[in-house]
Amino acid sequence: MKLTVDGTEHELDIETDMPLLWVLRDELGLTGVKYGCGIAECGACMVHIDGQAVHSCQTLVGDVWGEVTTIHGLAAPGTLHAVQAAWVKHQVAQCGYCQSGQIMQAAALLAQTPDPTDQEIDDAMSMNLCRCGTYPRIRAAVRTAARTLQEGTQ
Amino acid sequence: MSRAGKIARRTFLTGSIATAGGVAFGVYMYRRPSANPLAAGLHEGEAALTPYVLIRPDGVTLITPRADLGQGAAHVQALLIAEELDIELDQVGLDPGPPSAAYYNTALSREALPFASTNESRLAETARTLMDAPIKFLGIQITGGSTTVPDGWQKLRVAGAVARETLKAAASLETGLPVSDLRTRGGAVLLPDGTRLPYTGLAARAAEIDPVTDVTLRDPSAWRLIGKPTMRSDITAKSTGQQLYGIDVTLPGMLFAALRTNPRQGGEMLGYDASRAETMRGVHKIVPVTGGVGVLADNSWRAMRAVEAIRIDWGPAPYRPHQGEHWRALENSFTDKRRDSRLRNDGDVDATLASTTPLEAEYRAPYLAHAPLEPMNATLQIKDGKVDIWTGTQIPRFVQKNVASVVGVKPAQVHVHVTMSGGSFGHRLEDMMVRRAAELAMQADGRPIKLTLSREEDMAHDYPRQIAMARGRGTVSGGHVQAFDLGIAMPSIMRSQMRRLGMPMMGADLQIVAGAWDQPFAIPDYRVSGYRAPDLAPISSWRSVGASTNGFFHESFLDELIHAAGADPLEERLRLCNHAPSRKVLETVGEMSDWGAPLPEGRARGIAFCLSFGTPCAEVVEVTVTESGIRIDKVHVAAEVGRVIDPVNFENQVQGGVIWGLGHAILAETTYDDAMAEQRNFDSFRFMRMYQCPEIIVRGLENDSRVRGIGEPPVPPAAPALANAIFAATGIRLRQMPFVRDMDFV
Repeated sequence: MKLTVDGTEHELDIETDMPLLWVLRDELGLTGVKYGCGIAECGACMVHIDGQAVHSCQTLVGDVWGEVTTIHGLAAPGTLHAVQAAWVKHQVAQCGYCQSGQIMQAAALLAQTPDPTDQEIDDAMSMNLCRCGTYPRIRAAVRTAARTLQEGTQ
Repeated sequence: MSRAGKIARRTFLTGSIATAGGVAFGVYMYRRPSANPLAAGLHEGEAALTPYVLIRPDGVTLITPRADLGQGAAHVQALLIAEELDIELDQVGLDPGPPSAAYYNTALSREALPFASTNESRLAETARTLMDAPIKFLGIQITGGSTTVPDGWQKLRVAGAVARETLKAAASLETGLPVSDLRTRGGAVLLPDGTRLPYTGLAARAAEIDPVTDVTLRDPSAWRLIGKPTMRSDITAKSTGQQLYGIDVTLPGMLFAALRTNPRQGGEMLGYDASRAETMRGVHKIVPVTGGVGVLADNSWRAMRAVEAIRIDWGPAPYRPHQGEHWRALENSFTDKRRDSRLRNDGDVDATLASTTPLEAEYRAPYLAHAPLEPMNATLQIKDGKVDIWTGTQIPRFVQKNVASVVGVKPAQVHVHVTMSGGSFGHRLEDMMVRRAAELAMQADGRPIKLTLSREEDMAHDYPRQIAMARGRGTVSGGHVQAFDLGIAMPSIMRSQMRRLGMPMMGADLQIVAGAWDQPFAIPDYRVSGYRAPDLAPISSWRSVGASTNGFFHESFLDELIHAAGADPLEERLRLCNHAPSRKVLETVGEMSDWGAPLPEGRARGIAFCLSFGTPCAEVVEVTVTESGIRIDKVHVAAEVGRVIDPVNFENQVQGGVIWGLGHAILAETTYDDAMAEQRNFDSFRFMRMYQCPEIIVRGLENDSRVRGIGEPPVPPAAPALANAIFAATGIRLRQMPFVRDMDFV
């Protein structure tokens, strides 16, 4: 089976019903993708498939329809994506375990909705659970990232 | 982690370098500091100037033994050392260090004494000092009780100062210049002519001399780091997927393990049939362990799928199987026989209650899982009589001792490498999962194994927050609260927890009344009684422990009485409050929230206060009644901590604590059926999401001379402040958590 992740094509001999999450973590060593619930409730496992945010724990590897981007491939090596830079600026993370998923969700939101309303931010980001309670900082960081991205495209 | 490995793997020699980082508390016999665990096996040119500062030719490492669970403990500990060491935070490596008696926690033991933290009498102070001695003697290295900052405030700065002065003495020997001519900055000793001698180059000489222990801590006006916003050292790694947690540990030849143990916690495994699992792809071995079965496989998912395919026959639980029986046990515990403490008994409560018809109310709080987002995991390798463990834990010394006992080796042969934790909230004060992982590793023929619990397996064995009930009776007189009598019943958290750790539990369990008996109010007739319910399901410390339920009971009932008296909830609390820093906290939150200013129709405020872990914290919650339910608009928080070490991390901690308090109060509970937790994932164990999250405005006060922690104190006032706001908005009094049972929320 062929799978393209963060721009690299992999040839894998694995079951097609293995969730993408475990292929990424255990077969490819991309441990920035996190296991939190396994039932698409927490969002810690979020990756992009062709730019769309998906729960990798509920996506079977045989069903993957496009190129996979993980937190490791969101930005070019040695650089930060605007969303990551905003996460650093606002010091969002506490334990940080959910933040890969939060960042992937926010990056997908801003790619589709460059100037989201507060309501749109809340709706999209409510897919992701943070037990430490970093929501106020996530909100602020998404707004900062939206501004940065818009300034960059003007 | 790799650096921790290097330190921990060194053999135990008698250190020739004295420990100087500790502050000497306690009686003489125990006053000799513990051996410096870093002194063992240092190489040529390396110096461990205190147990907290390790200098090698290639760099300076600060040891941060309190576990980082996401609360920023590593950063805060490093900051306190670096302040006095005169080194920048981006010039140092951080390392949790090996488990060692040198890293004792004295602030934690102080909270176990029957003196309110506001009591500064000579008796209370003496008792606190005496308590330090045995804790230090036992070398209890525990992260918890919001004690990292209070415990480290003095000793980490002293550690930094000792290292700095010793390096200056070494530079003086090296250059022949008097110490008084030397300055320090940016990780180097500066000579009068501007020459920089980096600490790393002075390590060899510093190791040859006795540490300079006669040091003076800097005046606050000279601080470079304390009180200023700093960048937490883990932020970039946690924003790029680079941060490694326990669950990410990968070792050559490692097997991936999954586990199922009896969901009737503590019950036996009677038998199992693994015939289907044995044939599944990637399965290496089926391994029976105490109370369950594990699978070793070549991938986590294959291991989890195989363990699910095993048919297992579970024995009964050692506790009552049904939730209703647990509530009944509490209902029946308000008796003289079960009375555990009555530390508050002012005035003549019985006479006042008998003189009129008292207002009565009953409150309930459910079991609650800790459920940090990183499922519990441990990686172990047992080879050549030596055990290596990588796990995120708050109790590394217990892990070392308990795994040694499982494996049958001496604790010195067990090396615990503490990893970054993806949350804890008290969950990592338990180590049963690590002991089961050790049983798996014993059957892995020397190969490393990584046990990852499934979310369901983790939440089935969460050792949740205590279930608790309270009954209040009170009277009002002349527009004021006159009598306040609160009885609280819960099983003993400490007994449940200590028993699993093999520790004795003596005397009353103060957690049964924590956050209620010790509040700074001068109510004329004021009584708080603790009732110890029989042991039910196993329970453990959950962020803010006893106060997580008792703050709700105390502040809800006080609010009921204040409303019955026709008084203003803030004014009456201020009138009753007899502790100046707490009064200031109440006044501040009143000012922040514009308390008393009119609000539009359908909108209201509620206030609550709780002094827990020595930190007075007050919150005002503002709610709006909407067609789809209650919306929480805004929360104002004021807390008195003596010193705000880092305002950014402080704000994040407080906001997180409020969300923790509100999210569970509204939505979450753990219930038992057939002795098994019914909520084993985030679909049924619900928590606040962003769309429900209010704006949270935070202010830290620095009026008290004592420095306090902030990880837990914002939790207890959150639920009662919300319930009190909902009462103000709707006239409905919520007396049972989760509130969603009785009320819709947006």
